Amino acid sequence: MDSLRSKIIPVTTILAVIVAIWYVGAVAMNAPFQRDMDSRNNATPSTMEFIGKTLSQPKPTLPAPHQVARNFFENTFTRKVTSNRSLVYHAWVTLSSTLLGFAFGTALGILIAVGIVHVTTLDRSLMPWIIASQTIPILAIAPMVIVVLAAVGITGLIPKALISTYLSFFPVAVGMVKGLRSPELMHLDLMHTYNASRSQTFWKLRVPASVPFLFASMKVAVAASLVGAIVGELPTGAVAGIGAKLLAGAYYSQTIDIWSALVAGSVVAALLVALVGLAGRLVDRAMGGRPA
Amino acid sequence: MTAVKPAVVAASKLGLTFQTNDGPVQALSDVDLTIGKGEFVSFIGPSGCGKTTFLRVIADLEKPTSGSITVNGMTPEQAREKRAYGYVFQAAALFPWRTIERNVALPLEIIGLPKAEQAKRIKRTMELVNLAGFEKKYPWQLSGGMQQRASIARALAFEADLLLMDEPFGALDEIVRDHLNEQLLRLWAATDKTICFVTHSIPEAVYLSTRIVVMSPRPGRVTDVIESTLPRERPLDIRETPEFLAIAARVRDGLRAGHSYED
Repeated sequence: MDSLRSKIIPVTTILAVIVAIWYVGAVAMNAPFQRDMDSRNNATPSTMEFIGKTLSQPKPTLPAPHQVARNFFENTFTRKVTSNRSLVYHAWVTLSSTLLGFAFGTALGILIAVGIVHVTTLDRSLMPWIIASQTIPILAIAPMVIVVLAAVGITGLIPKALISTYLSFFPVAVGMVKGLRSPELMHLDLMHTYNASRSQTFWKLRVPASVPFLFASMKVAVAASLVGAIVGELPTGAVAGIGAKLLAGAYYSQTIDIWSALVAGSVVAALLVALVGLAGRLVDRAMGGRPA
Repeated sequence: MTAVKPAVVAASKLGLTFQTNDGPVQALSDVDLTIGKGEFVSFIGPSGCGKTTFLRVIADLEKPTSGSITVNGMTPEQAREKRAYGYVFQAAALFPWRTIERNVALPLEIIGLPKAEQAKRIKRTMELVNLAGFEKKYPWQLSGGMQQRASIARALAFEADLLLMDEPFGALDEIVRDHLNEQLLRLWAATDKTICFVTHSIPEAVYLSTRIVVMSPRPGRVTDVIESTLPRERPLDIRETPEFLAIAARVRDGLRAGHSYED
């Protein structure tokens, strides 16, 4: 009952409001085209008929929620997962490069953070470059990465994963620098009185202290990885993946397809973030975390 | 080398000046002090008198800027490398991701003791501080007093002859503090350690110490050293005896003489 009152009701209320606004928007945005069609066909529909038509166009400017829902449902549950039209298939293609890029990015981010925390030169020299790297628009970088790697014979999963890496290492690096520096002065003094070596201080104090920071930044990183994977599919003319689905939808003005691919993307993102959050909670529990 | 009982801590003309943005601050000036083996020495004075700084110099957490100091006849750095002392901080400073027993094991892991020896020492020190049965608890599951006892166990497990304690009971309420003071005295009697104890409580200093060092700020210096005439065996109600009150009055006078009450 408590979770019903505290979570489900507020969330469904907001959802209902969004859907309502969406319907109003769909009618408003599809109306000009519908009016145009009607005047050409000399049709004079009643208001209700007119609204019904704006919500059932085959290529609407803004598809209605139920159109997207139907498309999403059909392409997710009624198609074979190996089919080119299955959203599960496309989501899996994007997911695999997301996960690979996320793994690379997390490893790279941790490595950079360890370097920055332990080597003063890296601390001074690396951080500005890391921040600068994120100011370059990914859409400009992605095609070059794909083209350059293709020229040296690397195609397929790796180039897309590298774009995910490019986006996901940053939050992990920044979070882990903060995490590895999070131990209190008193804890560091304590290790000093034990004459602990740098590696002992690192493994016994800095690493465990950084774990909450790692999971917080991994949540951001995994979502960024997905964006990277989708963006990576756009310039390559990829035939599979959520990005490819978006691109194909745009070519053929299949707005409903575009929207249901977007929904698929956000479902994947939500699942990934929830999984990382769950892993974080399990690790926290194992490390004696106080139940909230 | 003479046959005199070696001093555990010997400071001579010790001075330490911090460079701050508001100019230099003299935290310690001309401190001459020798602490012999088995003594219980309290450092008392208002904040800024350098009592904690002096303890940190012994522990090699701060470097003196003038004078000299030896710990077990070595420089503080050498003594620290030889793991000559256990340090108890103002807060328990337990690692929240380790159980109490694993917290006590931390220094033992760092020295690289075999697991069996670690287990033996953990068991012994946990009993010494009356925490047997709480080995598997995490710090947040313990009260403040128990946490501080765990941190004392951690310092004891080190088995160094010198124990440095920086206001270990400062954050605890008086009832818990009385209890821990009693336990600490018993522990000191049982282990024959040398204890340096920083406090800002006059009764605590008088109750615990064989010697009380009164300090005063700006610059941080020693204004009086009082030998306690109380017996080693001290029940809690010794604090109502005229002898106890006389020593406490002398400490108070010492603090007043150092202009400690002016601000």
